[in-house]
Amino acid sequence: MQPEHTDAIAGDAGPGAPESVTPHRAPARSWSARMQGLGPIAGLVLLCIAGTALNSSFADLSNIMNVLTRTSFIGIISVGMCFVIISGGIDLSVGSMVALIAGSMILIMNGLVAAVASPVWVIVLGMAFALTLGALLGLAHGVLITRGRIEPFIVTLGTLGIFRAVLTYLANGGAITLDNKLSDVYSPVYYGSLLGIPIPVWVFVAIALFGGLLLNRTTFGRYVQAIGSNEQVARYAAVNVDTTVTLTYVFLGVCVGIATVLYVPRLGSASPTTGLLWELEAIAAVIVGGTALKGGAGTITGTVVGAILLSVIGNILNLTSIISVYLNAAVQGAVIIVVAFLQRRRS
Amino acid sequence: MSLSIQFRSICKDFGAVRVLHDVGFSLGKGRVHGLLGENGAGKSTLMKILAGFEQPTSGELLVDGRPTRFEGSRQAEQAGIVLIHQEISLAEDLTIAQNIFLGREIRRAGFLDNKAMSRRASHWLAQVGLRIDPDTRVSQLIVAEKQLVEIAKALSKNARLLILDEPTATLTPGETRRLFGLIGQFREQGVTQIYISHKLDEVEQITDEVVVMRDGRYVTRAPTSGLSRQQMANLMVGRELEDLYPPKNPVPQDAPALLQVRNVTVPGWASDVSFEVRAGEILGFAGLVGAGRTELFEGLLGLRRREGGRIRLHDRDVRLRSPLDAARQGVTYLSEDRKGKGLILSFGMRQNLTLMALRRYARPFLRPFLEKQALAHAVEEFGIRTGDLENLASSLSGGNQQKLALAKVLHPGPGVVILDEPTRGVDVGAKRDIYFLIHRLACQGLAVIVVSSELMELIGLCHRVAVMRAGHLQATLQAGQLTEKELIAHATGTH
Repeated sequence: MQPEHTDAIAGDAGPGAPESVTPHRAPARSWSARMQGLGPIAGLVLLCIAGTALNSSFADLSNIMNVLTRTSFIGIISVGMCFVIISGGIDLSVGSMVALIAGSMILIMNGLVAAVASPVWVIVLGMAFALTLGALLGLAHGVLITRGRIEPFIVTLGTLGIFRAVLTYLANGGAITLDNKLSDVYSPVYYGSLLGIPIPVWVFVAIALFGGLLLNRTTFGRYVQAIGSNEQVARYAAVNVDTTVTLTYVFLGVCVGIATVLYVPRLGSASPTTGLLWELEAIAAVIVGGTALKGGAGTITGTVVGAILLSVIGNILNLTSIISVYLNAAVQGAVIIVVAFLQRRRS
Repeated sequence: MSLSIQFRSICKDFGAVRVLHDVGFSLGKGRVHGLLGENGAGKSTLMKILAGFEQPTSGELLVDGRPTRFEGSRQAEQAGIVLIHQEISLAEDLTIAQNIFLGREIRRAGFLDNKAMSRRASHWLAQVGLRIDPDTRVSQLIVAEKQLVEIAKALSKNARLLILDEPTATLTPGETRRLFGLIGQFREQGVTQIYISHKLDEVEQITDEVVVMRDGRYVTRAPTSGLSRQQMANLMVGRELEDLYPPKNPVPQDAPALLQVRNVTVPGWASDVSFEVRAGEILGFAGLVGAGRTELFEGLLGLRRREGGRIRLHDRDVRLRSPLDAARQGVTYLSEDRKGKGLILSFGMRQNLTLMALRRYARPFLRPFLEKQALAHAVEEFGIRTGDLENLASSLSGGNQQKLALAKVLHPGPGVVILDEPTRGVDVGAKRDIYFLIHRLACQGLAVIVVSSELMELIGLCHRVAVMRAGHLQATLQAGQLTEKELIAHATGTH
């Protein structure tokens, strides 16, 4: 047991932790545990300093708000994804799910315009529909994975194709566009702000805080971590594994629904390219945030920082001309690999 | 062709625990030696040293009179020493031939020569009397055939000393006879063999000589022909029990039956089992490896499929479909597999302790402060030795992990607790602590079930012991009848 423990400490120390700082076991653990959480934050701070140095307009409030608003969609989905990954699962379908929910939500709202007098009520009903559909799709994933005993990778790989194909079918290969009467009423949900902070950012903050509370201070959160660490132990310890795992997918589905509700007024339409590759961005945000892909341990703070970090990279590339913006994905990819390298645990 | 072996003052330490003390004896050429001893006597460790899986801390191993030190099993195999493990270790998805030549494939011009490997594999399969295509996948074989493949693999490595560790645990009587035929054949060919088994009738039948170990020490050796099974059992045990075990408090006459199990079947493992446990009673479950004890209780908890029968708690019929149902009804289970099913080693002690009763700390949000208080209390009550309460479970020693696992299953406050191998891999000091803890639970009015492979532990601790054999409950022995001989006789079917 002894060597395993020391290994764990060394692994926990994470990026740049000098070994000489660990003379006593117990303080070292909490110190290194804190470092673990600080790693992504330190990376983000360094990146922001670099961004400001390269282009002074990076630090402008308007630019920062712009980055945060764009982050909020992936960020909200990442919070849900964080639970799924910590429980030992994965969801590859979230990008397609955004497209499907967006398209069917617009269709429903367009259909309701004639029947319901108030456009506000139409939008409220549309939002309720989006969240419900997200929850139901998540439930379907959860049931197939737990009751059907199919690997999460396979289930969501299948629905990744299904969701986008259904949207393409509904859109007849083109785009589904929101009724003009609605878009004016709906647009403040994306473009509006409260106390100078855009609405999507407020929602992102609320979801992140809620996610943090759920993960760290509820039985559900503890069970999710237990299942991801060792599903057998959880099962033997009277944890309802199937229900808990299913709920992680339902929560992710609701997060996807919320992200979609915020995203629809931005363009006012849904097409076969809506939400394309969002699943990989969301997974990347969780991993960059320090959550192990095999599950067990992870933090919401890390996930939020990871999501922001990835979009800051894109923003800096946009603002500077050192590296072509076409290489955005390549830089993000390199960051993911570097982070994974720094956080690798014992073999 | 055959090998002689001599152990000289072999000691082996695992951390601070010494598991082999100054073991010294020799094994003559071409004979079949039975190695006897209880679980924990050190047989397996000694055999691992002989087969190169472990190195002695001190002492010497002589092979054919020459001091030898194997750095790995490969070196031992080169010397002709092959250990056949209790669990079959073949790659299921490879063919027989691929398994036999795994790691030492025959190549021609850099590519695998499958024809040559199949041809040679057929030869070795014929040696063990297995008529089967060497290109068959191992997953398609039955257990006995896999065992024969293991032996064929050993022969192909030119084995001159064969160690068989509980080879018949999963074999039918017919298959066992076939294996014995093979052992006899090898003896004629001059292969030295070491046969480890708890089944004394087999040892009596097949070995030339027995060597007895106890508590990590060599005890004695004798020709098999001069020993009765009773004498073998006595040699294995022969130990002072005195204060290792707490005194047995009699179960009050009017104590109600808390758990009653009637005619429960767990397909493939246990058939038509009935028993009951009363408040304040410690009921033991004895049996050989594979007798179906663990599987019976996993079935009762809904972790395996169960057929028919009734389960009554406090005189009410209950449906137990999962450990969650069981915990709600006040029944909890400590798994024999501490690392795989008992504790989350990467979690802190606190999170492990409260996992089964977490709702108690949710109001509605979890209160880490209350959890910490509970942990401090549990550390005190269960005598868990740890530096810091925030330590991970993986930092604890085996004995302290086991105490934490016990604290965990008792945390919900069950009325019936099932402890499967509660002292596995634990040193004597921690064992004693755990025995006294179990005694205390019974005194508090819990119904306690102890499943154990250590007969002395069951005799020392339990009010009654149920003996299982091949999925059937053979007998339930009362305190007065509890002797090692009786238990072994029922467990092996030699009563």
